[in-house]
Amino acid sequence: MNEKTIIKARNLKKYYTIKDGMIFKTSSTLKALDGASFSIKPGETFSVVGESGCGKSTLARLITMIERPTFGDFEVDGINAVTSDPEAMKALRERVQIVFQDPYGSLNPRKKVGAILEEPLLINTQLNAAERREKALAIMEKVGLRKEQYSRYPHMFSGGQRQRIAVARALMLNPSLVVADEPVSALDVSVQAQVLNLLMDLQDEMNLAYLFISHDLSVVQLISNHVMVMYLGRPVEQGEKDIIFGNPIHPYTRALLAATPHVDGKDRTKRIILTGEIPSPLNPPSGCTFHKRCVHMTDICKETAPEFRSVAERMVSCHHAEKFS
Amino acid sequence: MSEITAVTQENSAPPHPLKEFWKYFSENKGAVVGLYVILIAVFLAVFADYIAPHNPFDQYRDALLQPPSWMAGGSSKFFLGTDDVGRDILSRLIYGARLSLFVGVIVVTLSLAAGIVFGVTAGYFGGIYEILIMRFMDIILALPSLLMALAIVAILGPSLQNAILSIAVVVLPHYVRLTRASILSEKNKDYVTASRVCGSGPFRMMFAVLLPNCMAPLIVQATLGFSTAILDAAALGFLGMGAQPPTPEWGAMLANALQFVQRAWWVVTFPGLAILITVLAFNLAGDGLRDALDPKMKR
Repeated sequence: MNEKTIIKARNLKKYYTIKDGMIFKTSSTLKALDGASFSIKPGETFSVVGESGCGKSTLARLITMIERPTFGDFEVDGINAVTSDPEAMKALRERVQIVFQDPYGSLNPRKKVGAILEEPLLINTQLNAAERREKALAIMEKVGLRKEQYSRYPHMFSGGQRQRIAVARALMLNPSLVVADEPVSALDVSVQAQVLNLLMDLQDEMNLAYLFISHDLSVVQLISNHVMVMYLGRPVEQGEKDIIFGNPIHPYTRALLAATPHVDGKDRTKRIILTGEIPSPLNPPSGCTFHKRCVHMTDICKETAPEFRSVAERMVSCHHAEKFS
Repeated sequence: MSEITAVTQENSAPPHPLKEFWKYFSENKGAVVGLYVILIAVFLAVFADYIAPHNPFDQYRDALLQPPSWMAGGSSKFFLGTDDVGRDILSRLIYGARLSLFVGVIVVTLSLAAGIVFGVTAGYFGGIYEILIMRFMDIILALPSLLMALAIVAILGPSLQNAILSIAVVVLPHYVRLTRASILSEKNKDYVTASRVCGSGPFRMMFAVLLPNCMAPLIVQATLGFSTAILDAAALGFLGMGAQPPTPEWGAMLANALQFVQRAWWVVTFPGLAILITVLAFNLAGDGLRDALDPKMKR
């Protein structure tokens, strides 16, 4: 069972071309995602963390096949999802579903909950109305919604309930991977816990894999098996959760972890304060993209980009990785 | 069975959308008055055969240019008087309501349907297709609308059908632009992406997912478009390019009676008032509709 991988991504890249100027058109390339490789097994949670604009959501859009990668490819259930023919792609789309960050924008305001949940079935299966209704009601029960809420409109629900509906919709087609794009960051903390528990329960029940995108490290620490830390479109550190959280190597990961608030006094680490803004991905710094904000920066960081290499049981891209391990 | 009743009971708990809509709509007294006038006009148009005291084409040669009944020389037989060939003005106005509303319905249906198709596809597909459609609409908008309608009728030949067609073409850009703008603001929302992730094709995305969320401004524009259509049809009729005599069309009635305005004011005044009141009613109702459908106005 665990030998099988659901998603195998190889060096995924997404570049956008930005055109500017009225008469003298200048075009520049925005490297939203610049080389990400990973694989996810059934029942696993793979978390992606990083600041805003580091390419987390771009990765989500690539994996859910909303957009095509500029370079690189990935496999879903062993089938290439970039080069396959349209028929096969359509079948693959069913395998990967998404839960969005904002539960207020992700549900069609003109459709009843029942219609929202049944839409995937209507498009992808030959089930009749009664069968679709039965399936929708079954899923609703699974995510903790009541039967009578079937014929209500989204605006009658609270944020947490809406996110349950969004999760239910993602599960309608029995996917093997759910991409969760910051699924709890728009919710109250108490509701966050409920939704996270729901996601975890569903994972155990249906052997789901999650690609969990978040900037909330305490949530990530709680639920993931593997973690990928991204900075400016590139993964800077990637590996098993316990290894990354137990002994972070990359200065950026360490800064992120130090910034997470702890209730426990003894766990409190010294704060590492990052100075400066995240640089524009249109014009990334030379060498190591993090060097302008890094406290351990040396000359080599300015000139050559560090290799993404294996150090102390994880992948990391820092010239001084050995020093910190 | 018990399950179904439970569901309907749950449904009745929050106010029905129509009920809620009426609550906001009825706050605007002008809009309610407008709506009543429209309903009366529709009633008159539908039951013209039973309500009108005379046949609109019958000429009473013994009662040419007879004044309204309350004036000296008027008779109770012709409440609003008669025109230059002795036809009852009240009856012609009642039958005219039928024509004016017919023009409004057809023009709005044609331009709304075409506008939605062009607007939705332009907004959804974008690129060169969008540029072509939108620039063409800009060209239509750049020409004075009545002049453009006149030119089209002049080419096709004066008749009510051609007038309707030309008005529909002239008002088309408003619908296209409005639809495209709504689509553009809706299409990047998450629920649209979610629909795409579960496999919706472009047709479903455009007309089942996006369009229902873009309807509110279109309904308002369509209501206001009614008055424009009626007004334009009357103007074309007045200029002799719309309905042809003896059709009892309000604009054509005005034009035919213009020479008698000095000695028989009623032949011009009543068709003019009919146009004014109907157009005003549609504008008031349209304004009320806009306020009622605008979520930002809701408390």
